[in-house]
Amino acid sequence: MSTVERQSWDVVVVGAGGAGLRAAIEAREQGLRTAVICKSLFGKAHTVMAEGGIAASMGNVNAGDNWQVHFRDTMRGGKFLNHWRMAELHAKEAPDRVWELETWGALFDRTPDGRISQRNFGGHEYPRLAHVGDRTGLELIRTLQQRVVALQQQDFRETGDYEARLKVFQECTVTRILTEEPPGDGAGEPRVAGVFGYARESGTFFVVEAPAVVLATGGIGKSFKVTSNSWEYTGDGHALALLAGASLVNMEFVQFHPTGMVWPPSVKGILVTESVRGDGGVLRNSEGRRFMFDYIPDVFRSQYAQDEAEGDRWYQDPDHNRRPPELLPRDEVARAINAEVKAGRGSPHGGVFLDVSSRLPAEEITRRLPSMHHQFKQLADVDITREPMEVGPTCHYVMGGVDVDPDTAAATGVAGLFAAGEVAGGMHGSNRLGGNSLSDLLVFGRRAGLYAARYAAAFTGGEGVGATAARPAAPEAQVEAAVAEALAPFEAAAREGGGGGEDTGGSENPYAVHQALQQTMNDLVGIIRRESEMAEALRRLAELRDRALRVAVEGHRQYNPGWHLAMDLRNMLLVSECVALAAKERTESRGGHTRDDFPRMDREWRRVNLLCSLRPGGGRVGLTRRELPPMRGDLLGLFEKEELAKYLTDEELTAR
Amino acid sequence: MSTSTSYEAKFRVWRGDADSGELRDFTIEVNEGEVVLDIIHRLQATQAPDLAVRWNCKAGKCGSCSAEINGRPRLMCMTRMSLFAPEDTITVTPLRTFPVIRDLVTDVEFNYRKAREIPAFVPPAGLAPGEYRMRQEDVGRSQEFRKCIECFLCQDVCHVVRDHEENKQAFAGPRFLMRMAELDMHPLDEASREGLDRQRAVQEEHGLGFCNITKCCTEVCPESIKITDNALIPMKERAVDRKYDPLVWLGSKIRRRRSD
Amino acid sequence: MATQTPSRTSQAGRRAAIAERHLRVDRWWLSPAITVVALLAFVVYATWRAFANADYYAAPYVSPFYSPCLADNCEEMRGGANWALFGDWWGLSPALIFLGLPLGFRLTCYYYRKAYYRSFWASPPACAVAEPHSSYSGERRFPLILNNSHRYFFYASAAIALILTWDAVLGFRDEDYSWGHAGLGTLIQLVNIALVWAYTLSCHSCRHIMGGRLKSFSTHPVRYRMWTFVSRLNGRHMALAWASLTSLALTDLYVYLLATDVFSDPRLF
Repeated sequence: MSTVERQSWDVVVVGAGGAGLRAAIEAREQGLRTAVICKSLFGKAHTVMAEGGIAASMGNVNAGDNWQVHFRDTMRGGKFLNHWRMAELHAKEAPDRVWELETWGALFDRTPDGRISQRNFGGHEYPRLAHVGDRTGLELIRTLQQRVVALQQQDFRETGDYEARLKVFQECTVTRILTEEPPGDGAGEPRVAGVFGYARESGTFFVVEAPAVVLATGGIGKSFKVTSNSWEYTGDGHALALLAGASLVNMEFVQFHPTGMVWPPSVKGILVTESVRGDGGVLRNSEGRRFMFDYIPDVFRSQYAQDEAEGDRWYQDPDHNRRPPELLPRDEVARAINAEVKAGRGSPHGGVFLDVSSRLPAEEITRRLPSMHHQFKQLADVDITREPMEVGPTCHYVMGGVDVDPDTAAATGVAGLFAAGEVAGGMHGSNRLGGNSLSDLLVFGRRAGLYAARYAAAFTGGEGVGATAARPAAPEAQVEAAVAEALAPFEAAAREGGGGGEDTGGSENPYAVHQALQQTMNDLVGIIRRESEMAEALRRLAELRDRALRVAVEGHRQYNPGWHLAMDLRNMLLVSECVALAAKERTESRGGHTRDDFPRMDREWRRVNLLCSLRPGGGRVGLTRRELPPMRGDLLGLFEKEELAKYLTDEELTAR
Repeated sequence: MSTSTSYEAKFRVWRGDADSGELRDFTIEVNEGEVVLDIIHRLQATQAPDLAVRWNCKAGKCGSCSAEINGRPRLMCMTRMSLFAPEDTITVTPLRTFPVIRDLVTDVEFNYRKAREIPAFVPPAGLAPGEYRMRQEDVGRSQEFRKCIECFLCQDVCHVVRDHEENKQAFAGPRFLMRMAELDMHPLDEASREGLDRQRAVQEEHGLGFCNITKCCTEVCPESIKITDNALIPMKERAVDRKYDPLVWLGSKIRRRRSD
Repeated sequence: MATQTPSRTSQAGRRAAIAERHLRVDRWWLSPAITVVALLAFVVYATWRAFANADYYAAPYVSPFYSPCLADNCEEMRGGANWALFGDWWGLSPALIFLGLPLGFRLTCYYYRKAYYRSFWASPPACAVAEPHSSYSGERRFPLILNNSHRYFFYASAAIALILTWDAVLGFRDEDYSWGHAGLGTLIQLVNIALVWAYTLSCHSCRHIMGGRLKSFSTHPVRYRMWTFVSRLNGRHMALAWASLTSLALTDLYVYLLATDVFSDPRLF
């Protein structure tokens, strides 16, 4: 058996994006020894891709803003499927999380009186997004990275070792969460004992023992062909949680961002920030029509402009005009673009036109949208100050994720497991508003770090903690199984012995299986869904699962991308199956889940969460239904009765 | 898209590890609109499944896929194939300044070590979170430097360490000299409260004097940050304020003599 | 407990074994080569003219190489900066007295430093092309540490630019020193002084002094505006460096040609 390096820490954070770093900072500030494990280099996480801003109701630009309004917008955006408690905590704590970044050195764009400037975004009633041009994610990740370094510098002054209490294991992948099985006949919960993984650079296996693990691994976009997500987004945390015994909630809700690049093919899917529309950009079809006016759904009709003149006035005078429909929540805009293209009114490369060139002076565009200008110039030879962009929907975000306690971010079903950020579910309901992701990372990243630290403190005998409980320990067989699982692709290649072939039973190329998976998800579980297509998807996924077992890779373990992909396939397949299962089950259309065969939103379905978990024994996933807890009365009171009637059942309305 | 726009390109890719390595020739399909990273991925998927390459966002935002293409440090994801003629041979090699791990992947630990040596932002003492007031014109300079995606191309191209490994100890490199500038120009940084003098330290501890402003860092920056003009030279001028201004120098001499 | 990363290959620390000094395929040597030729041409011309001690005045124009003229052996230049501070013991060309100041300004200029480090010293000759030197200490030791004195040369050069400005004003006379006239030489001097000022003010030290040294711009609005202006000029510092260098030589050449009666100054009015 290969050697496995072992280390022991108090809290392990898997993922070094916004949520992971914020969790690690919090756990370290609580005095616990914290290890961060991430697949990329430190500071390269997918958070850097976030462009628009961080939603927080600071009220710097419009004093009318407050957490209640933000809460309301979030619930509306998620079509009331959000866990209301998460949405409440998020709206209340977001401003503090943004201001905190300033004390760590972040430099947001400013208002004329020197406060943090805030911009308009889809679904947000007031200008709410703290931003830095269109590179807010970079600012966020860099600030958190520099905060981590600052804490390491403190530790260096005290101990002579930068990594005494906070260490980043970069370019390492976690493949298993190690658990201690509950004593007796499986009545209690399993307890986290650590993680198993490998260093990408050397292929060495390692175990990091820790009583608390925070998952902050982001999303699942790499299961889809057209996506704005990076290679890291293989649903690792989702799968790790499933395999450890936790459940995933709301997996049917996948957000397709309405505006991704559509040309050239090699950049298809790369994000075009919503700020383009927030700053005045409009969507037109091939006939030159601003088609979004044709797609305002009833639930939003009262909040959006009914003609172009009113929409245009809104940019100058938002108090007396309603916003243009280009700024509807993302699911609405994505569906509209999809419909226009299907109706034959698309752009030459299968998208629609997003035009800011006729709306703002050139220098204003380059000032407000520098990276968009750069991106189109460099990658598509398009000067967005002079011509429109071609855009189309791209898989962007998964609303579903690990089922967690709203206050503590603790995963249900596994003691010591926490999840925050995109990998956690519930906060955004059926559709996430732009800008709510970065604030989600900060609010729940901090909470996950805090409660993970509190949980772990009981095992580490930290200050103020009385008796120290024995740290959970995983049975050695788990580690051995994890090693065997990781080496399986090499074994398959050895068995094959060079006699390769495409016939059944032959070995498989990981890239080919991945491509087939992406095509399947894109075609069959994409933006518009049908019962028959999803049944077909599930059948194909079962096939792909078999093929994935036969994936063979050759060569060495040092930085071997084929091997890495082979191991990520397990995660993508598990997660894709959850998505397809849940999407087939939910017979309504809501937010990021649109059913061709059930086009209407159903109030009965609003109360239902679909939970996906691993069935005992077989290694297959299955669904269970759970009722959403009723919203607290004071929060219900924030909405007009007529609005609630669109979402809540009569029974719920009379009960309030 | 028509397939008539695709062609077969000649690539030479460095393959090897710390012990040895060589440039290997490949012939590979190229389609319209593709970038060098697409071609490297196609090599992985079709001809060299274990070809090591570091990448992430593929949109020029994360700074992972740094390499040298035809001898020039560049991001592979932002180097369009249309830059080259179809008959050109395109050479892709790992960053020279850092130790190689395998193929196109290098060990960029040097940069993380240097990052730790720069004292962090010191928040203003009297202001609570949310009370910070800074004008746009006051944050503009530092904001430019914070556009940095840490691709480390400037660190790679800088001849101070590229051609002289021994200088790595004393020289922080353009990226981190720029970080010093960013902090020194931050309108609310209170470094002095912690006894820090960034203008002096940038020269004495981080090796600003090694820089001979030959501007290669600026030339290769994929974010078009004016590293030399806006960060390094202003810091040199600030160091002159602190160290070579004769009046200041005289004053400190006299003070030192008195205290002797 | 061990806290090293679970990784590190056995041969960590070695660079990729690439023997070539560079792999560039473009004409990277062209730009340093042009710099060498152009700078050498100027040096040769300027040395000849500075030592010549002749043909530098053709009323009402003075060559910028000889103003201010600070020795007793200067030609009579009515109204010009013709102050015999050095008395009659100075026997060499009067240009040599002050030319060190603008020369120093250009030698310590951040642009020219880049230009000569790259082209004359090959340190480095071009980006990602290995330099031929076995060791490198940058601008930390004598003599290169003297480059930090740029701002003092800037002050001196600004003073000289003032004098050249006055010379340009004197150009609005005819050869009999009566005011209200102008010739081709006047125009040349005007262009020259504009370029000299633009180059001088676009200097990085000037940018620092104007406002770059400030931590807060919003509390110094006037200096912020000056800094913004200088910053804009500074973006063209390289172009201005070459343009002003050329115009200085051409202005001198024009005066030389007038003084040696090759042709006479075309009068405009």
